[in-house]
Amino acid sequence: MKLTPHDETMMLKTPFHSRCEAACEINMWEDWKGYTSAQAYTEVEKEYFAVRNATGVFDISPMMKYRITGPEAGEYLNRLVTRDMRKINVGRVAYAIWCDDDGKVMDDGTVFRLGENDYRLCAYARCLDWLMWTADGFDVDITDETADVAALAVQGPTSCTIFRNMGFEGLENLKPFGMTTFPFKESTVMISRTGFTGDLGYEIWIKPDLAESLWDALFEAGKLYGIQPIGGYALDMLRTEAGFLQAGVDFVPAEEAVRIGRSRSPFELGLGWLVSFDKPIFNGRRALLREKNNGSEYAFVYLDVDGNKPAEHAFIYTDSKASKEVGTVTTAAWCPTAKSNVAFAQVDAKYGKLGQELVAEIYYERELKWTRVMAKCTVVKGPVFDPPRKRQTPAPAF
Amino acid sequence: MIDTTKQYDTIIIGGGHNGLTCAFYLAKAGKKVLVLEASEQVGGGCSTNVFHDQFSVSSCAQWLYQLNPKVASDLKLNSHGLEIAAKDLATIALSEDGDHLTINGDVLSGAGVSDEDCAAYKKFNTQFKKFAKFLSSAFDRRPPKLVENNWRDRITALKLGLGMKLMGKADMQDLMRLALINIYDVMEENFDNTLLKAAISLDAVLGTHMGPRSPNTVYSYLYKKTGEIFGYNGPSLPKGGMGSITKAIAKSAQSVGVEIMTGKRVQNINLDLDKVTGITLEDGEIISSEIVVSNADPRTTHYDLIGKKNLETGTVRRVRGVRMQGNAAKLHLALDSLPSFKGLTNEEMGQRLVIAPTMKYIEDAFNACKYGDFSEKPALDISIPSIHDSSLAPDGKHVMSVIVQYAPCKLNSGWDIAKNDFKEIIIDRIRDFAPDIRDKILHSELLTPADLENRHLNYGGHWHHGEISLDQILMMRPFPGSSQYKTVIDGVFLCGAGSHPGGGVMGLAGHNAAKEIIRSSK
Repeated sequence: MKLTPHDETMMLKTPFHSRCEAACEINMWEDWKGYTSAQAYTEVEKEYFAVRNATGVFDISPMMKYRITGPEAGEYLNRLVTRDMRKINVGRVAYAIWCDDDGKVMDDGTVFRLGENDYRLCAYARCLDWLMWTADGFDVDITDETADVAALAVQGPTSCTIFRNMGFEGLENLKPFGMTTFPFKESTVMISRTGFTGDLGYEIWIKPDLAESLWDALFEAGKLYGIQPIGGYALDMLRTEAGFLQAGVDFVPAEEAVRIGRSRSPFELGLGWLVSFDKPIFNGRRALLREKNNGSEYAFVYLDVDGNKPAEHAFIYTDSKASKEVGTVTTAAWCPTAKSNVAFAQVDAKYGKLGQELVAEIYYERELKWTRVMAKCTVVKGPVFDPPRKRQTPAPAF
Repeated sequence: MIDTTKQYDTIIIGGGHNGLTCAFYLAKAGKKVLVLEASEQVGGGCSTNVFHDQFSVSSCAQWLYQLNPKVASDLKLNSHGLEIAAKDLATIALSEDGDHLTINGDVLSGAGVSDEDCAAYKKFNTQFKKFAKFLSSAFDRRPPKLVENNWRDRITALKLGLGMKLMGKADMQDLMRLALINIYDVMEENFDNTLLKAAISLDAVLGTHMGPRSPNTVYSYLYKKTGEIFGYNGPSLPKGGMGSITKAIAKSAQSVGVEIMTGKRVQNINLDLDKVTGITLEDGEIISSEIVVSNADPRTTHYDLIGKKNLETGTVRRVRGVRMQGNAAKLHLALDSLPSFKGLTNEEMGQRLVIAPTMKYIEDAFNACKYGDFSEKPALDISIPSIHDSSLAPDGKHVMSVIVQYAPCKLNSGWDIAKNDFKEIIIDRIRDFAPDIRDKILHSELLTPADLENRHLNYGGHWHHGEISLDQILMMRPFPGSSQYKTVIDGVFLCGAGSHPGGGVMGLAGHNAAKEIIRSSK
């Protein structure tokens, strides 16, 4: 792991920084776990539509990457995460969540099975401490390789075509959650069919010293296919439309929750499908089994909200008289492609059933005038954006 | 051979005094109980061993001062062979000039102790006994959990709260203030006599990884003081050594149907995911049982018997966090005849003798241990039990048993090389007070904490299976989430010193565990 002394720089730069900086016309930067990361390059809507209609490129290098190797790497991961990792073959990627002993979600991420006993775990937030504590008793090596691997998310309908233009022939045959490698400049790149946008898309992984030439080649190959760098704001709209939760926004990572009852279980986040009780002991098993038998306290719901006002931070009530408050909204956005006003909400479990009608209390401001609407909303089966191209193999050429 | 066709509903791993006590209560409640002890004899840390031809000695614990009277009477230990050879012994703090300080109950004498100190000691004793009484009121029941809504725990918490209130404002304030500070400051606050201050400090640190200036030493002193609430006005010596207590407990347990097998070391606790199915012995034999109770320390139980991979990360971490570094070694001497201690009569030699001239002496002795070395000038707690009990040595000959503080379990230079040096250092230190000691020695044996760990399979060689300190008592003993004798594995319980109330030959951990097991299987 490369560490930069704190007196050299406050903010780290990703291996693509020179290119991001040149592209970032409006200088909107944010701090993503210590890395300089663009919130927007030009205009959020333009970046959003690039992903839905062409290709958007998001620099995911700050994503925490942990390499897990050793004879018991598989067994170790199976104890760490809630889903059954024995079913994930070499060359496949698994979306997974991990819990504390109380069955509360600490974070989510993707696990890449690079070899028989070789895995890479990617997470939004740092978790080396938890990974190391969990390693007690297992014959595994864990390395933080965040700074050793540069990565871009290349997402959108024309993404496959652009990669093929770069010479990555055969990529169209890669199935969702698969990964493959291609030669690039006397080295190799790894491409996985994964992403956070709910669209056809890929993530490309490369050594940091080749990052800039990869960016250049990619944008050259994508010139006629609408390629566009995108920032965090556009990604947030995309993930909302695609129904992806974000740690720290839609749930409080269990380790960070100070107040009792503020953390959530996988069942309470609609992630019960990621929990397998047909495998050996894993963190949270006892608590989750108890919850499965006794019922959950909360439910995560997708709400289809009437009107076009995003229900940001709205309270959720049973009726428009606001007689009973049953939850709050964690994420909300007007989704341009799905043409729907979407909200993610945490509600009391008994109000979480499909078709349940609720009311969101939305405040919005127009030229310093605040207006309150009580918008009807319905619990729907998400996500609202789920195009066939996301799954199609071979990937369609646009 | 174990008759595997026989069905046991409870297996107890470890035949120490708590394991056997627990077995007694369970069998009395109708359970079919099997106790498996790794050694050839029961007893664990409460044993008598032959260490030289015809010489035997209490090989770990050497004084009886805390055995709970309810446990002793429930188990009818007197009718199962427990005899007391000497009781309510005085503590004599030795001075190199022969002017020793004798502490006999409330009364001090010798070493030029002032009237003020005598009066202060009486007052101190009265107050600390009050504190000990308050503390012990929560000893014979399970520790309360703070966030759980149940009456049993609420009553315990209420009792504690009420007991605190009933002590009166002044004592309550004192306890709140003193419990968190160190014995050094408390001694400086109360007394002038250096021998007195050191002798009390020694009581506070024996068996621990703490020096007089360490926080929690007031608590560990109070813990020891609960013995006075249980009727001991000074240490006692059971006839036949400490092992005779566990022998009597074993007989009592057998009388209610408990089966005890010695020389049977358990390799694993067998699980079906998070439910117990039985145990596997070292020789591969499997015995099934719905309940497995571990008398082993929490670390050995979780890491070695259950296995880290069968636990969740949080539990593995909490177990690692339990502080349990044993620092007490044991020296055993077979003596040709009684040595002569400067300024002591033969009768006085039969009391408890301590070598700890000043508090600084003890603190310095601890300093070495903090950094992985043994004390060049250790503090000593000496017993010559054969003065009261002729069964321990041939006619006219004697045994000396010494608790040596401090020796780390993991010595920087390794015990193989340094063990003999340390033994000589200790004997030399005794010679400073008993000049003819070397001429009397027929045989000597030093048990370092590493030896005690090997012999009794208690991690770190710690007497109490975990430091007795405020962060590791009540609902935090052995660690939060496993405090009411239950573990995270269904059907696996803890009954040893690592559980509430803690170590010492008291028997309450075993008693309380049995009550919880009976309650949870109803």
